[in-house]
Amino acid sequence: MPRKIGDVILDVDDLHTYCFTRWGVVKAVDGVSFALREGEALGIVGESGCGKTMTALSLLRLLPRPVARIVKGSIRLEGENLLDKTEREMRAIRGRRISMILQDPQTSLNPVFTIGNQLIEAIQIHHDDGHRSLVRRAIDGLKQVRVAAPDRRVHDYPHQMSGGMKQRVVGAIAISCEPRVIIADEPTTSLDVTIQAQYLRLLREIQEATNLSLIFITHDFGIVAKMCDRVMVMYAGRVVESGSVRDIFNHPSHPYTQALLSSVPSMDEDVERLYSIAGQPPALWDLPAGCRFAARCPHAEDRCRQEYPPAFTVGDDHTAACWKAART
Amino acid sequence: MSAAPVLRVQELKKHFAVTQGLVWTKVVGWVKAVDGISFSVPQGETLAIVGESGCGKTTTAKLILRLEEPTEGHVLVDGHDIHTLTGAALKRYRTTVQAVFQDPWSSLSPRMRVRDIVAEPLVINGELSEPTVKARVAETLERVGLRPQQANLYPHEFSGGQRQRIAVASALVSNPKLIILDEPVSALDVSIRAQIMNLLVDLQRQYGVSYLLIAHHLATTRYMANEVAVMYLGKIVERARTKELFKNPLHPYTKALFSAALPAHPDVVREEILLPGEVPSPINPPSGCRFHTRCPFAMPQCAEVEPKEQEMTPGHMVACHLY
Repeated sequence: MPRKIGDVILDVDDLHTYCFTRWGVVKAVDGVSFALREGEALGIVGESGCGKTMTALSLLRLLPRPVARIVKGSIRLEGENLLDKTEREMRAIRGRRISMILQDPQTSLNPVFTIGNQLIEAIQIHHDDGHRSLVRRAIDGLKQVRVAAPDRRVHDYPHQMSGGMKQRVVGAIAISCEPRVIIADEPTTSLDVTIQAQYLRLLREIQEATNLSLIFITHDFGIVAKMCDRVMVMYAGRVVESGSVRDIFNHPSHPYTQALLSSVPSMDEDVERLYSIAGQPPALWDLPAGCRFAARCPHAEDRCRQEYPPAFTVGDDHTAACWKAART
Repeated sequence: MSAAPVLRVQELKKHFAVTQGLVWTKVVGWVKAVDGISFSVPQGETLAIVGESGCGKTTTAKLILRLEEPTEGHVLVDGHDIHTLTGAALKRYRTTVQAVFQDPWSSLSPRMRVRDIVAEPLVINGELSEPTVKARVAETLERVGLRPQQANLYPHEFSGGQRQRIAVASALVSNPKLIILDEPVSALDVSIRAQIMNLLVDLQRQYGVSYLLIAHHLATTRYMANEVAVMYLGKIVERARTKELFKNPLHPYTKALFSAALPAHPDVVREEILLPGEVPSPINPPSGCRFHTRCPFAMPQCAEVEPKEQEMTPGHMVACHLY
């Protein structure tokens, strides 16, 4: 069944999440805006420290306290601003309407409880049911993520399962309360290649069956190419480029996107020499006034170093924050 | 550049005992981590071993570094069986084979200065004077793109990419013939990976060092290796020159592995061969061909007879009953 891309379900506007540390204010997320539609898969791509995970944690309001705080912006889920919610109201939203799959199933499952227990814990918060029907729901959840022999596996502890199976369980917990939005933070980095292929296929099938909206947080353009409809490239806390997957791959407009794409070796063709980006990302507590990529950019001019470029429209639903992109 | 191979591995096996009981320990089974593999690496070339976790690629690396004793078979470096070396010859061997590991956060000692980390392979042999060691360290740091002044810093003062450069410098300082690269870039950020890959390729061209690359990322392999060996449950199932293997993979496992790799562009559509289940336990590996439990082309004889490695085209070896 093909997916139907519907209305905007999640609308993030000008989100600022800062961390207040001993060394100064770390601007982890510094003015991020995006909209996610129903049934759509959005990829957030960037390197470590670019703010992609902090963006995800902000959406769920699960930021490490008291260090990190959302200082500005709004997050609207089906029209309601999540930043106005109390902690109690948020608890009713997490898992039920917006949910998350973490990177490493080794650490996101509790080793001293059975997986059935952990599934039931998630379901119980939203469904006031008898124990027996909760167990049935847990078994159904495992069935949905295609764990073999779910009625036996439900009594297993995490250490009795392989990495791929555990990640499926984490997926089952995430979808157990039928959320509308799932955030998957590097969901397959700890999995082997063939297991990764199985898992991505499973996520795609679940998405098609329930018309879920997915946010993939990744550093791997391969996952984006395979799974996503739209991409948002982040660098040092800001969105530098966003657009449809095809536009970004065929006409990358920001020098950082161009550099990232050409620095990845390909499996399908021979590459004589990889392009490598010199230097490294700037420190988030000591950001330059102008474009944050200017120090590493081959096309940087004086203006780039002084003034941060706004997001210019370079195509249909395709924006890039670069002075050079404005001129072409 | 096909002189005598720097490294030759012959029918190498490593079985680990699975024991039960604390006092009256008895062996209840064997993990056949590496089970009869042979390959060689010529001077100045790169051989990549690819495979999923548990296929035995790390055990192979440990056997070559003499961190494990083989159950059977030989590892020959420069024609000498390394597991029989002792005394001065062993010390000399230690300088000819070096390694770079995956995670530069855990592979560099946080309490040593960079100059000591890099100098360690030279100091251990104790034949060089202090000024010579210092000069060699400075020279090697420059070769890997660091400044000699940075020798006095500690690893925590560097970023991930720079730390991996330090690890490369430490491997390179004793002028080794072979460097084992165990997932050298997978812990690094995307924009830094290309820097390190290019550095490794350049160093090989300049100094003619051979690499044994252990990787699971196929695109990395294609970029860096001259020859690729695919391992599954302790066996090499297919081996060929990189170009040939990527153009014409023969073994069903290789095909599945390639089809599972993520595309470099959304328009690349691969024929999806999804393998059922997961890699079986190496404690009691399946009989016959070890891949037959997941193979889409399995035939009755696959469960009974172990396929022999045969040469399809020159240099392209495959172990499968289909051919």
